[in-house]
Amino acid sequence: MSELNALMKAFGEAGGDKAILENNEIAHIAVDGHKLLSMNSVEGLVVDAKETMTGISAKVTVIEGIKIKNPVHLCFGVLHKKGTQKIKMDVRLEKNSSAHFIAHCVFPNAEKVRHIMDAVVDIGEGAEMRYSETHYHGLYGGIEVIPKSVVKIGKNGRYFTDFTLTTGRVGKLGMDYSVEAGENAVTELTARVFGHANDDINIKEKVVLSGKNSRSIIKTRVAIEDDAQAEVTGITEGNAEGARGHVDCMEIVKDRAIAKAIPIVNVTNPLAKVTHEAAIGSVDKRQVETLMAHGLTPEEAVDIIVKGILK
Amino acid sequence: MSLLDIKGLSYVAGDKKILDGFSMTIEDSEVHALLGTNGTGKSTLAYLVMGCEGYRPTSGEIVFYGNLINDLKIHERAQLGITMAWQEPVRFEGISVRDYITLKKTDVDPAHSLEMVGLHPELYLHRMVDKSLSGGERKRIELASILALHPKLAILDEPDSGIDMLSTQDIVNVINAFKEHGSSVLLITHREEIVIIADKASQICNGKVICSGNPSKVAEYYKSRKCLVCNGEVCAYV
Ligand SMILES: Nc1ncnc2c1ncn2[C@@H]1O[C@H](COP(=O)(O)OP(=O)(O)OP(=O)(O)O)[C@@H](O)[C@H]1O
Ligand SMILES: [Mg+2]
Repeated sequence: MSELNALMKAFGEAGGDKAILENNEIAHIAVDGHKLLSMNSVEGLVVDAKETMTGISAKVTVIEGIKIKNPVHLCFGVLHKKGTQKIKMDVRLEKNSSAHFIAHCVFPNAEKVRHIMDAVVDIGEGAEMRYSETHYHGLYGGIEVIPKSVVKIGKNGRYFTDFTLTTGRVGKLGMDYSVEAGENAVTELTARVFGHANDDINIKEKVVLSGKNSRSIIKTRVAIEDDAQAEVTGITEGNAEGARGHVDCMEIVKDRAIAKAIPIVNVTNPLAKVTHEAAIGSVDKRQVETLMAHGLTPEEAVDIIVKGILK
Repeated sequence: MSLLDIKGLSYVAGDKKILDGFSMTIEDSEVHALLGTNGTGKSTLAYLVMGCEGYRPTSGEIVFYGNLINDLKIHERAQLGITMAWQEPVRFEGISVRDYITLKKTDVDPAHSLEMVGLHPELYLHRMVDKSLSGGERKRIELASILALHPKLAILDEPDSGIDMLSTQDIVNVINAFKEHGSSVLLITHREEIVIIADKASQICNGKVICSGNPSKVAEYYKSRKCLVCNGEVCAYV
């Protein structure tokens, strides 16, 4: 089987739709380890990707005023048991352009794999970017995921990101996102992670509201069981008039797992306002009792509640 | 044999005796209204019958179809056919109305259940059972989900609270739908127009039933405040 077929098979097993890569109206990049296996671009999207010693380096530009209709798919896989994959992304959305990127990170056999993502994103005036990243991990837990991104949003720009790691073992996660929002910019950062066994989760998300009337929400949902650990740091700085930020962190803890939430709120302009809420604990008793009254066992009830929170 | 037979039930929380020799029976397909002023122990009784955590009788018996269920857990009672709609239904994250109604019953039509409680399915099936619902909407969705379970006994703790006055008929319809399915209902309510559609009513005061029988008569008795929560004349509550 060719490497691309193998990647697509793993992608399909992880719930992905293989047809995406055959449709030439849908842009994509498919990478296994540090091999660029397949690529397609569409009008208005300029992709300059090359292989490096340890992974891929890609420069992606969406041309001014162009709204990319179909989501752009980024398939990153490491099918081997061992290896390091370093993805370097330089994404630029020119003025009034828009695009939705969907990253599928597939590491089904990882015993000792490191996946490092280093992204620099520049969102121009009035541009809008959505970035969804979903991970499909195997059951070994021998994976280390280190996503880092530095995002700058221009005036009236919008940036939405959604990170999901709820299938398989997390392994070790060290996420570090940082966003700077300009005038009237809007951003929403969401992360959902489900940790098991001795998974080690570290999430740091930071938003600096430096533009007038900029807005942000950082939403984090973590469930951990067994001996897993999680530390979530949500930082929001309100530095301009009319800036509004909110940090919303919820961590559900089972068994011997240990969770920590560190919301940091920093306001330097008296006309800015940042709020935060953090809830750490076991599943809400009233929720469990309600589902039990509907005939679910306590285990089924907890399962549904946790799945809902991570959805 | 009665469906539910509560015999001399007492429940003490801390040093407060909330229920004190409470007795009541509910027959098959009977709608039994329970009236009582605030704080008389109606919700406490509901939790004891449902088997909520921390609610085990201090003394007395709860018998369902001839079996003592005092020590069963909530889901074990639910499996016997008992279910409850809480006075203040809890909210979830990420569970859609459709999924919520079909949790255990994949064969029910959730759209039909929503229609029964006066909600348009196309507007609500895809909503989440979360904070974004209004109080009244959440209560209606709870009723729809309870209705879909086809329980033997539905405990409805003030299903009308938070429902606007103009929609009383919706609640009446829901209660009639339970009856049509052959379900019995323990109906806790403060509204007279809802009490009168019951088959039987009881008034609780001072932790026990002080009057029981024909719903209009019990409602009349309740309003006449013979037991003025209480002047102590009838039930010795002071
Ligand atoms: N755990 C407890 N410890 C002490 N007192 C309690 C406890 N739980 C309930 N109570 C008290 O018992 C009484 C009965 O409460 P309950 O909620 O059953 O009343 P209710 O009849 O449902 O009232 P309402 O009409 O306001 O809903 C109240 O006075 C309440 O404050
Ligand atoms: Mg009550």
